[in-house]
Amino acid sequence: MTIAKRTVGVALGAALGLAAGPAAAQDLAVALGASVTSLDPHFHALAPNNSIAQHVFNNLVEQDENQKLIQGLAVSWSARGDDKWIIKLRPGVKFTDGSDFTAEDVVASIKRIAWVPNSPSAFTIYTKAIKEAVIVDPLTLELRTDGPYPLMPNDLSNFFIISKKSVEAPTEDFNRLTAAIGTGPYKYSDYARGDRIVLERNEGYWDTKPEWKKVTFRLITNPAARVAALLAGDVQMIEAVPTADIEKLKRNPNLSLAQAASNRLIYLHMDHQRDTTPFFTDKAGKPLAKNPLKDLRVRQALSKAINRDGIVERVMEGVSVPAGQLLAESFFGTSKNLPPEKYDPDGAKKLLADAGYPNGFGVTLHGPNDRYINDGRVIQTVAQMWSRIGVDAKVEAMPWATYAAKATNQEFSIFLVGWGSGTGETSSTLRSLLATFNRETGMGQANRGRYSNPELDKVLAEALRTVNSAKRGELLAQASEIGIRDVGVIPLHYEVSTWGLKKGLTYVGRAGQETLAMEVRTAK
Amino acid sequence: MTVFIVRRLMQSVVILLVMSVIVFLGVFAIGNPVDILISPDADQLERERAIRALGLDLPLWEQYFVFLKNAAVGDLGRSFVFNEPALRLIFERMPATLELAFTAVVLSLIVGIPLGLYAGLRPQTVTSKGIMAGSIVGFSLPTFWQGLMFIMVFAVMLGWLPSTGRGQIGSFLGIKSSLFTQDGLAHVILPAVNLALGNAALIIRLTRAGVRETLLQDYVKFARAKGLSSRRVVGVHVLKNILIPLVTVVGLEIAGLIAFAVVTESIFAWPGMGKLIIDSINQLDRPVMVAYLMMIVLLFIIINLIVDVLYSVIDPRVRLQDVKG
Repeated sequence: MTIAKRTVGVALGAALGLAAGPAAAQDLAVALGASVTSLDPHFHALAPNNSIAQHVFNNLVEQDENQKLIQGLAVSWSARGDDKWIIKLRPGVKFTDGSDFTAEDVVASIKRIAWVPNSPSAFTIYTKAIKEAVIVDPLTLELRTDGPYPLMPNDLSNFFIISKKSVEAPTEDFNRLTAAIGTGPYKYSDYARGDRIVLERNEGYWDTKPEWKKVTFRLITNPAARVAALLAGDVQMIEAVPTADIEKLKRNPNLSLAQAASNRLIYLHMDHQRDTTPFFTDKAGKPLAKNPLKDLRVRQALSKAINRDGIVERVMEGVSVPAGQLLAESFFGTSKNLPPEKYDPDGAKKLLADAGYPNGFGVTLHGPNDRYINDGRVIQTVAQMWSRIGVDAKVEAMPWATYAAKATNQEFSIFLVGWGSGTGETSSTLRSLLATFNRETGMGQANRGRYSNPELDKVLAEALRTVNSAKRGELLAQASEIGIRDVGVIPLHYEVSTWGLKKGLTYVGRAGQETLAMEVRTAK
Repeated sequence: MTVFIVRRLMQSVVILLVMSVIVFLGVFAIGNPVDILISPDADQLERERAIRALGLDLPLWEQYFVFLKNAAVGDLGRSFVFNEPALRLIFERMPATLELAFTAVVLSLIVGIPLGLYAGLRPQTVTSKGIMAGSIVGFSLPTFWQGLMFIMVFAVMLGWLPSTGRGQIGSFLGIKSSLFTQDGLAHVILPAVNLALGNAALIIRLTRAGVRETLLQDYVKFARAKGLSSRRVVGVHVLKNILIPLVTVVGLEIAGLIAFAVVTESIFAWPGMGKLIIDSINQLDRPVMVAYLMMIVLLFIIINLIVDVLYSVIDPRVRLQDVKG
């Protein structure tokens, strides 16, 4: 009977196994960790959507894996005078419907970005500097700006070019694939919302054609299920491998891993604005009369009390890099003089005593628990480290969905956030996190602690007007030094992203954390 | 009976209205979705534009009023993140959830009723005790753990079944479902069993309890005395009389499986409504959350109504009428 049973089991397995089917050599299945909500490349400026759109659409300027700017649909870009950029477009590029790519498509894309209805986060943030786009000839564009605007190439690397035929197509038409006409290495062949996106190679692609004829992206948001799908061989690649599984996957002879330091900084924001801040108390739990975070020595002490190497090693399982500034040193606009703050509990205690808190104080540290890699555990660890210098730290972690609004409304005193620099340079981080909050100029829009330093503002403003790259890099480095030495924020670490692959496949991890099928190759 | 049904439907409208207020207040309390939805690079003016575009600048009562006005003509709003009508999104996901729930219920009935009958008729045997012990395990295991174990054993170690996702979709008599293809069936087995186990355990226990109680009734004794075969005694006299509690529970279970298969759907990456609602909560996609919860309330109302009607069919003594207090 047991033999009979076993045979049935095997037969069943074989039959079902056949149904699941071994994928053809030119097919690739990838499991993504975040939901892709729309195939309209102009609807929602959201990382997972952009990552998929990059397969089907091109930008004028592209970013390589380290976010260095390289040629895309534009072959050259140069500033002329104080208020013009001349963009030369790539000749001989065709859309997947056979029509030629020209300057009209660029103008149409800029127009559609401003038009697309109901957008919860529009791409206009990347096109608003363009006051007017003038077609000089079919392959030359003149972009006019108000005053010098050195970030134009970075902006051009952040919005996609669609066919002018789709200029008035609503989002639904992109989701139905009828309007999704691009110039990229792939075209959409099937879309089951919330489940999978199937791509087919664009045989007329203007650049090197990718290795995979058919790519299936599956949306598996549960991390354990994603790892299981890779282990079971249902997919050949997964993104966002949970840190706890990395060791296990490393030891598995059938798999390999790809890793890359990302452009995402994990840091602590502090309330620099209010005279009394809600979550700082004396040891007895009574609110403090003044906000200790206004004292540089307190900020320095809190930073010195954090053992960053310890966090990286114990909490992040070695998969992150201790941070001393806003972006890792390999990025544009960083300083060579900002190593991570050394762990120094005695120095921290002394600074606290000098500041008038010899016995420390009580504080509640806030953070999300489902947004960044191991975020909830990171704040617990930081709180424990603070207790060693006499600071009684409580921890309150909550889901990002409730956390984000509270953080923006300045409801916390000291709290953990992350920042990924979409442009790959510190200008994004500086102007968003450390520049003085100003609604009219759009500076400091994510400065949830309302740090304000006129000296930094001045250097940064100059950097944002300087078109010469080398000079701008120096100014940005200088601004970073001012902000970090004044402890405007407390940097903790840079996230490292991890991809899991079937043995025999290689992937060059990207600083922007995107998962791109055209960059997946068979090892030679 | 018609009067009963009409009156119940009218009560349902009131329940729906009350629910809509509760749900609306609930999602409003969670937080401002703009902070989740907006690109971190967006500046203050862009944030204000997004708030206006999504209609979040209006006071709560006005947002609710707009919602009611549109709901009256069948429009439950437009998803913030998908930019498609919320109802369309829900209906798009419904077949996947229905086929999963259907398979799970059928499985739990096929397994639960016979085992429960056996355990009820022969309570002292080792097998019966084994079944009862097994049923405790069945509903005490946490679904997420159990699901992951299934994946580890049957997909990763044995490689018999696919780990996650929904299979190919076939069509039969115009109905499209993954249950009509071999690949689809292979995909549905693990999540359906995962959902069915807890329910099967419940049905075993209910059936056993019902059987034990019914066996002592006079009409069973009488049937036995009359010399009816034990097959007929069990199949007709016992089984029919334990159906009422079973129908109640199965009805609620179906509704529960459809509405709250969230855990199983996310572990198995099953593209059903449960996964939609959990993604919507994480992204604070208010229109979808509200529309989904309204749909679920409606579903429970309808299933309860069907259960009540079934009572009167199964048990002729039951008359459908309003209880007057």
